[in-house]
Amino acid sequence: MAILVGRDTKLITIGYTGKQGTFHSLQSRDYGTNFVGGVTPGKGGMVHEGFPVFNTVVEAIEKTQANAAMIFVPPPFAADSILECIDAKIPLIIAITEGIPITDMVKVKAALRGSESRLIGPNCPGIITPGECKIGIMPGHIHMPGKVGVISRSGTLTYEAVYQLTQREIGQSTCVGIGGDPVNGTNFIDMLELFEKDPETEAVIMIGEIGGSAETDAGRWIKKNMTKPVVSFIAGASAPPGKRMGHAGAIISGGDDTAEAKFRILEECGVTIARSPAELGAKVEEVLKK
Amino acid sequence: MNVHEYQAKQLMREFNINTLNGKVAKTVDEAVAAAKELGGSVWVVKAQIHAGGRGKAGGVKLAKSLDEVKAHAQDILGKTLVTHQTGPEGKKVLTLLIEEGCEIAHEYYAGLVLDRNTGRVTFMASIEGGVEIEKVAEETPEKIIKVAVDPAAGFTPFMGRKLAYGIGLKDKDLVKKAAKFFSGLYDLYMAKDCTIAEINPLVLTKGGDIIALDGKLNFDASALFRHPEIEALRDPTEESAKELEAAEFGLSYIELDGNIGCLVNGAGLAMGTLDIISLFGGKPANFLDVGGGATKETVEKAFSIILQDDNVTAILVNIFGGIMKCDIIAEGVVAAAKSLSLKVPLVVRLEGTNVALGKKILNESDLDIIAADDLADAATKVVEAAKKGEA
Repeated sequence: MAILVGRDTKLITIGYTGKQGTFHSLQSRDYGTNFVGGVTPGKGGMVHEGFPVFNTVVEAIEKTQANAAMIFVPPPFAADSILECIDAKIPLIIAITEGIPITDMVKVKAALRGSESRLIGPNCPGIITPGECKIGIMPGHIHMPGKVGVISRSGTLTYEAVYQLTQREIGQSTCVGIGGDPVNGTNFIDMLELFEKDPETEAVIMIGEIGGSAETDAGRWIKKNMTKPVVSFIAGASAPPGKRMGHAGAIISGGDDTAEAKFRILEECGVTIARSPAELGAKVEEVLKK
Repeated sequence: MNVHEYQAKQLMREFNINTLNGKVAKTVDEAVAAAKELGGSVWVVKAQIHAGGRGKAGGVKLAKSLDEVKAHAQDILGKTLVTHQTGPEGKKVLTLLIEEGCEIAHEYYAGLVLDRNTGRVTFMASIEGGVEIEKVAEETPEKIIKVAVDPAAGFTPFMGRKLAYGIGLKDKDLVKKAAKFFSGLYDLYMAKDCTIAEINPLVLTKGGDIIALDGKLNFDASALFRHPEIEALRDPTEESAKELEAAEFGLSYIELDGNIGCLVNGAGLAMGTLDIISLFGGKPANFLDVGGGATKETVEKAFSIILQDDNVTAILVNIFGGIMKCDIIAEGVVAAAKSLSLKVPLVVRLEGTNVALGKKILNESDLDIIAADDLADAATKVVEAAKKGEA
């Protein structure tokens, strides 16, 4: 497998019986993901669209040996679902839900420390290892198995990058959406570390945004630790300060969190910069030829 | 979401944070009456707008008589203040806060923000108050004391003491008062789901009180569902009518000053689209993310909001369908172009889920659409079309 998910992944969905939960669980199954069931409190014992429903995450894991959970629970209750997954010691949690209150995520983040779980997201498209396993809402058909890892804070911008790679027949090893919220479970560095170690990944695309310092921290980490080439685009060069650009995390609050500052620091750290999101595929092609 | 200073102070009082007595006034007469009721011989007349830097812009004035209160109220009410946070167009003052005066011994700073790196709420305090904290951070970072709060332990007494000693307080009673003040501010931040709670300046009065002389609170929009009492404080005159209208339809819209209208799905791609338009020499008129759950109707609404801006000379629709299906966007585009009798050139780039069906719908309509193959092609074409529109 590439990183985090592959043929050995067994997926359950929390909030499975809801409209979105059902739709995307079945889409994942159709893509080839080993989907084994879902959790909706109060609906345990039911069979929904051919898959068992459980009342609790612990029970679902016991009966299905699931090792990954996808969260499709509405924002007011999503943090609680993530905490339940952490309590059940499931290794991988992917939270798709957008709009979880920040203080809820502050508590989740604290619970993750020292736990046996990794959280991807929230407010993210999910994770996909093309040809093996898709967990999330991304359109599967634009992907192609290949050698470039993709990490991104944005959903549709990831699709854009993926599509450019597929058109050039380069393909992707694994694509991870880490989410557009200010507090998330997994940062760029966590994923870069895994891609650096992954023999199937030869280069990485990192798509960032204005706001925060996750990208510049990643740049400094890359300079020290990364041997594989990294190509990066930062969205929001034309965004005015103080305006939240859709994502809760995408707001310039001063200092080094503008796109310009991030581009500059990344470049200083040896990252190949794409000033235009349309150039990502071409830039990757260039660095792979070197 | 932002609130006014007087609203922030009301909330602070609920958490036992000391503020000065004050009253809100919407007219000059109310301002004078407020000062009379407050009593004393010194008042401060403060413009209530959602922006910092009011003092420098002439929005905060000291009055030593009721006549002066009247004169200042006349001067400030209705005035448009331009500060470093309002943008060049400024903000019109519709409300005043009349506050009693106090004798200041020292001005400090206290603020709570989220540290995104650690995912923890961080308390900052400084002996340097009443100035921009960003400046202090840059020039004398050692003068800012920081305490990261573990959400499980909460704000504990030692943290209050650490901050109080850190800003140079020594007197035992004062340290106690300051620690209580800080603890209240943390409680407020967590209980009301703030994203910023900032007191600048926090003052020590000559009488030995610790008081929030100013107060800025910002709230997490994602948590408003559990705070109807905060939602009720929203001042629509402080927000863009179009942005509010868009939000009602689940659209995330931000007005910009260019002439290329943009309709995109996803915040990242929407930002990326504005960036590439700018790179290619164009100027975006707006940020608009239709989101993943858009319907034909919301796409129509998005068009009507974009077209309310008279500066728009061309529109770019850039969709990479994931959850969003291209055929739904196409139907919305066709419906909007007809119902709004679209006159400006329209460039459409569709990719992703149901793209063939989407393109078919556009082709079969008799609309004059400039089709684009990819992102770069779309940006090139819309910049060109917008330039023609200007001429």
